[in-house]
Amino acid sequence: MFAASALNERNRRVEGIYKALFGLMTVLLVVPVLIILGVLIAKGGPAVSFEFLFTPPTDQGRQGGILMPLIGTIWLVVVALIASVPIGVAAAIYLSEYAPENWLTRLINLAIINLAGVPSIVHALFGVGAFVVFFEFGISILAASLTLAIMTLPVVIVATRESLQAVPMAFREACWNMGATRWQTIRKVVLPNAISGILTGVILEVSRSAGETAPIMFTGAVTFLPFLPTGVLEPTMAMSLHLFTISNSVPNMPDEIKYGTALVLISMVLIMNAASIAFRVYLRGKKKW
Amino acid sequence: MADESGAITGAAPPKRPAAELAIDVEQVSLWYGTFQALFEVDLQVQSGSITALIGPSGCGKSTLLRSVNRINERLGDYVRTTGSIRVMGHDVLADGVDLAQLRKQVGMVFQRPNPLPLSIRENVLFGHRLHRADEKFSKADENQIVEEALTEVLLWDEVKDRLGQRATELSLEAQQKLCIARLLPVKPKVILMDEPTSALDPKATETLEHLLWELKGEYTILIVTHNMAQARRASEETAFMLLGRMVEHRSTEDLFLTPREQETADYIEGRYG
Ligand SMILES: Nc1ncnc2c1ncn2[C@@H]1O[C@H](COP(=O)(O)OP(=O)(O)OP(=O)(O)O)[C@@H](O)[C@H]1O
Ligand SMILES: [Mg+2]
Repeated sequence: MFAASALNERNRRVEGIYKALFGLMTVLLVVPVLIILGVLIAKGGPAVSFEFLFTPPTDQGRQGGILMPLIGTIWLVVVALIASVPIGVAAAIYLSEYAPENWLTRLINLAIINLAGVPSIVHALFGVGAFVVFFEFGISILAASLTLAIMTLPVVIVATRESLQAVPMAFREACWNMGATRWQTIRKVVLPNAISGILTGVILEVSRSAGETAPIMFTGAVTFLPFLPTGVLEPTMAMSLHLFTISNSVPNMPDEIKYGTALVLISMVLIMNAASIAFRVYLRGKKKW
Repeated sequence: MADESGAITGAAPPKRPAAELAIDVEQVSLWYGTFQALFEVDLQVQSGSITALIGPSGCGKSTLLRSVNRINERLGDYVRTTGSIRVMGHDVLADGVDLAQLRKQVGMVFQRPNPLPLSIRENVLFGHRLHRADEKFSKADENQIVEEALTEVLLWDEVKDRLGQRATELSLEAQQKLCIARLLPVKPKVILMDEPTSALDPKATETLEHLLWELKGEYTILIVTHNMAQARRASEETAFMLLGRMVEHRSTEDLFLTPREQETADYIEGRYG
């Protein structure tokens, strides 16, 4: 009575084929990432040491370590965060909590999505025109970080808006119905429940910009500098540009150093990602509604 | 139509002096964009009474309720209201009305309990803190406020040992009681309830209805319900709406026993909605 018919058999076979197909795609997706990491660790791992991280590069990078680019990239990312987070979060709060539902809001939302698709080299040119030349910051950390900030603003806004909108509407309604203003509602209920998502999302997005080369190479990053920057109006070395230079323009570059530098760069991004994901998981575990 | 609705208001209980009215809705029409949801609605709710608002789905019960505390306005210009709404004799649609003050006087309870994701204690104190942020209260004052409000909604004994617990972890029944309790510290005159028991089981519904009778007198309650039996049990007067119009408003007993309008009779006999 419950024996499989021919049709059941066929359905089961088709089911098996699709399942295998989708699984295969997932494997294909993971493989390149693993290969990249594997190669970097195999070829660059031996070069990476405490000393490598904290000694200045010498002989055009053929010897010594990566102190200047490492510290430079941290500068760039931190200043970019300081610039983009307040603006992006404020804009997202406006768009999510205040903006009326009309054509202007829709237009702005569309613009934000499109802005996220602007190639980074175009941002670089904008950064040169606006920050280096017009505001006279010169080739500096400030100019480069602001360029990075503008480049990451759309994703900061989107990440923040998503966190805000994950806070159930019922909480807002409850507040408004007790006579709370929009701002009181945001401050007492919406933000406390969205802040973890906002922070982690924003850190994740902005730290991705650590790997960018184009937006910083005309605005603040230089190929070689024998000292560390002491303020935001100075130029700096950066990991991404340093990697580009030593891989491209320096003859007789030991492979080990190239791969080691790449490994450190990718690790920085991965560590930031992992930390912010872990932070998010931790906070989400604590939150219940 | 104006004539008809005029005739129908005649079916309301005898006109009362304005001073006794907690809510006095006169000739209110409301549009969502170009869609008219209310047509010259009249409704008078006596101070300290419980009035049930019944009618089929989509007839405008929630819309009417939400225009009393003007929460409809969160939708912006899209919502347009004409006519007059008075609460305790004061026009709420007037220009100088402060929405925070209005909502302090007119609290609202929703279909789904919506406590804030804070502790039980913080939930009760939330409105109080909003409206009295310029005064200082000691911890003891606040404790007293919390105890009084929770006692009034018959919840104190159940939660008194765990006031720090997240309100969202309580049972739905307790959550809904808490949602009423958090209105009380600011001493509202009117409490609007939009199907407050529809997320609750029959036992919880019964205790909540019991609570309504306890609160009546001190507060004026206007309650929307889909449940005819509930309207009969838990109200003194009942107003029946249909397609955005007020059809009949009388004492609950009269409305259910001897409905004047054919539409009312059809509805309470379950012929639609
Ligand atoms: N935001 C809105 N925009 C447009 N139309 C709306 C909006 N809210 C309600 N309406 C419409 O107004 C009418 C009345 O809605 P309302 O929610 O007041 O009905 P209700 O009597 O409370 O119904 P229910 O018993 O289902 O809760 C309905 O036809 C509804 O579709
Ligand atoms: Mg409704």
